[in-house]
Amino acid sequence: MSAAVNYVKSLFLWELLKGMRLTGRFFFERKICIQYPEEKTPLSHRFRGQHALRRYANGEERCIACKLCEATCPALAITIELGEREDGTRRTTRYDIDLTKCIFCGYCEESCPVDSIVETPIFEYHGEQRGDLLMNKEKLLAVGDKMEQQLAEDRAKDAAYR
Amino acid sequence: MWDIVYDNSPLPYELTFVLVTLVQIVILVGPLMGAVAYYTLAERKVIGYMQLRIGPNRVGFFGLGQPLADAFKLMFKEIVIPSNSNAFLFVIAPILSLAPALAAWAVVPFAEGWVVSDINAGLLYILAMTSVGVYGVIIAGWASNSKYAFLGAMRSAAQIISYEIAMGFTLVGVLMMSNSLNLSEIVNGQSGGILHWYFLPLFPLFVIYFISGVAETNRAPFDVAEGESEIVAGFHVEYSGMLFSTFFLAEYANMILIGMLATLMFMGGWLSPFQGTPLEAMFAFVPSIFWLFGKLSFFLLLFLWFRATFPRYRYDQIMRLGWKVFIPITLVWIVVVGVAKLMLTA
Repeated sequence: MSAAVNYVKSLFLWELLKGMRLTGRFFFERKICIQYPEEKTPLSHRFRGQHALRRYANGEERCIACKLCEATCPALAITIELGEREDGTRRTTRYDIDLTKCIFCGYCEESCPVDSIVETPIFEYHGEQRGDLLMNKEKLLAVGDKMEQQLAEDRAKDAAYR
Repeated sequence: MWDIVYDNSPLPYELTFVLVTLVQIVILVGPLMGAVAYYTLAERKVIGYMQLRIGPNRVGFFGLGQPLADAFKLMFKEIVIPSNSNAFLFVIAPILSLAPALAAWAVVPFAEGWVVSDINAGLLYILAMTSVGVYGVIIAGWASNSKYAFLGAMRSAAQIISYEIAMGFTLVGVLMMSNSLNLSEIVNGQSGGILHWYFLPLFPLFVIYFISGVAETNRAPFDVAEGESEIVAGFHVEYSGMLFSTFFLAEYANMILIGMLATLMFMGGWLSPFQGTPLEAMFAFVPSIFWLFGKLSFFLLLFLWFRATFPRYRYDQIMRLGWKVFIPITLVWIVVVGVAKLMLTA
C-alpha cells in the first residue's frame, strides 16, 4: 500500500511541489542581509581584532618585557627584545607582531600580567605595501592610545569573569 | 504592418525583403539580448530572495546596472585559448550554440502577424534549431582538450538527445490538437478562454514539455553538464571572457525560448484568459502582448524557482527519468488524445 502511495506521490511530483512551496514562502520573508559598509553587526566586548599596547593613565607604558606573550604565542608571531631604560626599569626595546602569522587566539592578552598587550575590536584594517601588517612597538602603542577609552570600558565589563 | 514599406520602396522586391527582414531581426534580437541580460539579474535577485538574501543591489538603483557592469567586465577580459586545443573549433563553438538559440526566434509570433517568418513548418523548424544547439556544447567540450570539458560535453550530449525525444512527443500531442505546425495557428486554435487552452487536455504533456525544456537548457536540477561539484564547470571550463559569456547568452536565450514555446503551445499565447466570459469586456483594454509576456514571465520565474529549490539529479536518475518515465507517459497520452479526438469527431 505504502509503495503504491509513494509511486503516486512521485508521479505527481508531490515532494518537489512541497519544496517549491517552501522556497516560495521564503521569497516573501524578511531578508536578513546586513548591508556591510553602512550597517554592521554588533561586536562582543571580547572581540579579538588588531593588537594594541596599552599605557597607564600617567602615560607610562605597561609592558615590562616579561616575554610571556612571546612564549605562549602558538603562531610564533611575537618577537621581543628587552633592555634597561635610563631610569633603570626593564622595558622592551623591540616589540613586533607579524599580523600575517597571527591567528588571533588571544593567548597573548590572557598571558599578560599587566594588561599591556590587548586585542582591539578593530577588524577592518589592511596593508597596502609590504610591511604594513608587520606591527612594531610604535604602531602598537599608537593603536592603544587611539583606542584606550574603549579598551578600558571593554576590560571593565569583563572584569568579573577574569 | 510592413506593407507600406513594400508598396513605397524604390528598390526591387527581393532587396526590400532582405532589408525589411534585417530590420525585423534587429527589432527582435535587440530586446531579446536585453531580456537575457536582465534575466540574469532577475535570476540572482529571485534566488537571493529565496535564500533570505537580497541579491545584487550596488550597481544603480536596485542593482539595475549590474548586467551592464557584468557585460563590460566580460568584454575586457582576456580570451585564453588553451595551447593544445583546436583553436578554430574552440572559437566557433560558442557561436554554434548562440546562433540556433537566436535563429529559433524567427518563427515565434508575438501577436497576430507579429512574426519574422510565418512558415508552415514552424514547430519542425524550432525542433531542428533547438537540436542543433547541442553541437555547440559538444564541440566546446571536444575542442578544449580537457578531460572535464569532455566529460561535461558527453553528459550534455546524452542528456539533450534523451530529452529531445520526450519533448518531440509532447509536441506531437500539440500537433494532434491543433492540426497545424504553424505557431500562429496553434495559438489561434486555443481561442475561447482559459478552458480551451491546450494545457488542460494535454496536462501531462505540458508538465513533461516544461521539465524536458529545463533539461534541454542544462538548467538546475539537470545541470550535470556544468556539475561544478564534480567536473569543475563542465564543457566551458577552459572558456573565458566574451566566449564564456556567449555560452550564457545562448543558455538564457534558450530558456526564454522554452518559456515562450510553453506559452504559445499550452497557455494560449497572446490570447486573453477571459475570452467568452463576462470579464472579457472589462479586460478588453489590455493589449494582447501583455498577456503573452505575463504568461512568459511566469514560466521564466519557474526556471529560477526550480534552481533555488532542487538539488542536482544524479546522472543515472536523469537518464531513468527521460527514458523510463517521460517517454512512456507521452506515448500513452498521445494515444489517449488520438482516441479522444476520434470519439469526438465520430
